[in-house]
Amino acid sequence: MTDTIKKIKETAQNIFSKIKKKQKAEISAPVRSLNNVIYNPKDGYFELKGKLKKRTLTANTVKTFAQTLRFMALSKNLVETDDIATKREAYYVSKNWGEARFKEQAESDAVMDDIEAMFGTNREQLGFIADEHGGSVAGELIVIDKDPNTGKELKIDCTKFGSGSYSIPSDVENLKFETKAKFVLAIETNGMFERLNKHSYWKSSSCILVSMGGVPTRACRRFIRRLSDDANIPVFVFTDGDPYGFLNIYRTLKVGSGNAAHINEFFCVPKARFIGITPQDIIDYKLPTHPLKEVDIKRVKDGFKNDPFIHEHKLWQKALKDILKMGKRAEQQALAKHGLNFVVSNYLPEKLKDEKSWLE
Amino acid sequence: MTNTTLEDFSENKDEKGAKKSKTTSSNAKAYEMAKGQREISIAEFFEKNRHLLGFDNKRKALLTTIKEAVDNSLDACEEAEILPEIIVEILDLGNDKFRVIVEDNGPGIVEKQIPNIFAKLLYGSKFHKLKMQRGQQGIGISAAVMYAQLTTGKPAKILSKIHPDEPAQYYELKINTQKNKADILRHEKKEWDKESGTRIEIDLEANYNKGAQSVDEYIKQTAIINPHVTLIYQPPKGEQILLVRATEQKPKLAQEIKPHPYGVELGMLIKMLRVTRAKTIKSFLKEDFSRVGDKSAEEILENSGILNKTKPSQVSRDMAEKLMEGIKKSKLMMPPTDCIVPLGDEMLEKGIKKEYNAEFYTTVSRTPNVYRGNPFAIEAALAYGGEIPGDKAINLMRFANRVPLLYQQGACAVTDAVTQTNWKGYGLQQSRNNMPQGPVVLVVHIASVWVPFTSEAKEAIAHYPEIIKEIKLAIQEVGRNLSKYVNKKRKVKDELKKRNYIEIYIPHIIDALKEILNFPEHERADLEKDLGESLEQTRGKLDRMEFDPTKNEEYDKDLANIGKEDKENKEDKE
Repeated sequence: MTDTIKKIKETAQNIFSKIKKKQKAEISAPVRSLNNVIYNPKDGYFELKGKLKKRTLTANTVKTFAQTLRFMALSKNLVETDDIATKREAYYVSKNWGEARFKEQAESDAVMDDIEAMFGTNREQLGFIADEHGGSVAGELIVIDKDPNTGKELKIDCTKFGSGSYSIPSDVENLKFETKAKFVLAIETNGMFERLNKHSYWKSSSCILVSMGGVPTRACRRFIRRLSDDANIPVFVFTDGDPYGFLNIYRTLKVGSGNAAHINEFFCVPKARFIGITPQDIIDYKLPTHPLKEVDIKRVKDGFKNDPFIHEHKLWQKALKDILKMGKRAEQQALAKHGLNFVVSNYLPEKLKDEKSWLE
Repeated sequence: MTNTTLEDFSENKDEKGAKKSKTTSSNAKAYEMAKGQREISIAEFFEKNRHLLGFDNKRKALLTTIKEAVDNSLDACEEAEILPEIIVEILDLGNDKFRVIVEDNGPGIVEKQIPNIFAKLLYGSKFHKLKMQRGQQGIGISAAVMYAQLTTGKPAKILSKIHPDEPAQYYELKINTQKNKADILRHEKKEWDKESGTRIEIDLEANYNKGAQSVDEYIKQTAIINPHVTLIYQPPKGEQILLVRATEQKPKLAQEIKPHPYGVELGMLIKMLRVTRAKTIKSFLKEDFSRVGDKSAEEILENSGILNKTKPSQVSRDMAEKLMEGIKKSKLMMPPTDCIVPLGDEMLEKGIKKEYNAEFYTTVSRTPNVYRGNPFAIEAALAYGGEIPGDKAINLMRFANRVPLLYQQGACAVTDAVTQTNWKGYGLQQSRNNMPQGPVVLVVHIASVWVPFTSEAKEAIAHYPEIIKEIKLAIQEVGRNLSKYVNKKRKVKDELKKRNYIEIYIPHIIDALKEILNFPEHERADLEKDLGESLEQTRGKLDRMEFDPTKNEEYDKDLANIGKEDKENKEDKE
């Protein structure tokens, strides 16, 4: 019996015996928000403070209770039959539950996150997977996977995709890696990824390129983490020079998110270093800019208020203050001002060489 | 010149001069005009201004005639402490002519008074009395007789009996509108199989309609506000309707009070000074007014600068004016309020329950208050929900001294008090300063020794701030009770929804548990029961709040259905 099934059964058994004794059944899960995390500087990720959200079975909670138990039953089923369901599929499964069905996927996602947190596990272990694409990979890496039908080992050479790329699957737990690369370069936009891939930047600098396509998915984060641990190579992150790039993309990759704090331990990349566009770069490279948007400003202010990662890092505080003062942001692609290949020929080599320009 | 008054003009002592000029002044226009100037009898005046008395149109004439006769009957019965039983009959004579018959079991009228009461305007016992009663001026019934005579030329026929041992007196009467006195066309004794009572038959030009301002509505509302009355009503078409009294309990007898100094006007004061039997002005104040004793009489006179021993007959106009000032300056006790006989919560509720099958009733009886020296009391009742339609403005019923007010709603102080109240706080819809909307019937009753109407037709209450304030307080109280009920109802509804929830989702919880734990099927029922019990355990007992149409035992379907047959006529067509 897997750990997951054991936990599901324990929880259900507990509720069952409470009902038999006509006592109030309860489930509890950690509160999932930035308020309930602290930054663990030693291991470099957000961990839970331990605030618990208790849900007692009453007339008010009876519906959510039913839905949670239904989801647990579905999960048990999936794990037992070695099957998976995407979050979207799980939402559609609920349409069979009559009155207990979910009206929106947001509701079913929230219940799923609760179960995850309740068991302190990740959804993949419950048989649920994300809907989104996990990210693209190109460069000096061989991924060792299994043929889903025969179970035979498959070696995937990420240098052999030409102008295309390898797609990160939603469950990366059983992948193995062979690589001689010197570092991983995680890139915010697909456009920049394609430019670097086209110029075979991975060959000239002996690295692995990963396109995150915005905020990295859990699978993408876990993939980069495992890769960097296995191969023991550094990770550099290349994003736009704006609060979204700093906080939502880089911070999430590096230390995890408030919402999934119960699994951040595995879904973070403490080794990551920021080599994306900094406020200083905007000045030094005389980059074309856009004004900061309302949401950008709010994001920075909220960060100062309740993001433990910012509280811990003086250099980031300075960078964020600088960008607020400038009131401007610059995109990765803005480097093209100095020529389409400027990023390959000048920017990246210069940044990688100058350790002082990195942000932690 | 500006300060000159007529008194300062010098006197013309030249008698000769007057004589001299007579020859030339005899052609003065004023002599010619004088030929057209003569006394106008009060009857002539009202003949030309009959709208002032409620005879503006044929439809209203029918209602006013019946109303005046019934008001008189009820007042007489109450004064004689008889439980009233009143017959109202309307006969359609064709050509817009109707015969109205109103018969009561009252004390009857003494033979020689009959012509004056029915055929002399401003004759009666009520004008000089400060007492809570329906009639006030002594105009009503004789105005009806006059209207009948003007439109049909027929006399009014009156039969009255005062004792079982005496014969009934029969009169046929017309009003001499020149002299404001009765013309007796016929007078004889008749046998009448009744202990006592009065019956009047009047032929008049009229229109019979149904709807909001109809005789039907008047009869219905009269039954609501007078639960001790039995009414036998025969409309021109259809079956006789019998409305049996809801209580055998007679209303407490209203006490007559003397006027209070605060309520008296200069003209009235002068008149009272002239007719008083008191020897001194001090004893005049003490004897002819309420709430004036030795001390307060002296206070008034001191404030007026008038000597205690002054004879009332010697009080000049100027002195009377000073006396008015003195009254204003003096601190007097408010008049006694035990002369007001409100209906009371219980009777009011009985009345409204008879007519409306609602889910919630609330009543308020305010303690009496005073406006301009006149005691008055406000009562309000509210019925909500059930069979009351909810998609339009609330139904407001106004009553004054137990008489329904069917006309002039817009000009009435009651209406202002209702529209100025914020009903949204009580759970009804309302756009600013309008009648609120919702399934509500609101009854407002003002009882007073002198109800201030806006006109002699007695259709709307005048806007005295003290009265509006009291009405508002009464409305607010029933409003608060309403909102308590509406809130409770909503809570119960929410609670029912939650309990419903429990029933819906329990099977899902058990299903899921079974899927995970795979317990034997036979345990399911017990488990569902256990879970259901533990969930409902904490929720306590629920009051039943649904409307039960059979719960209202007072409900009188016959009464409620009066005038409901043709609703399309409901709006006032004038």
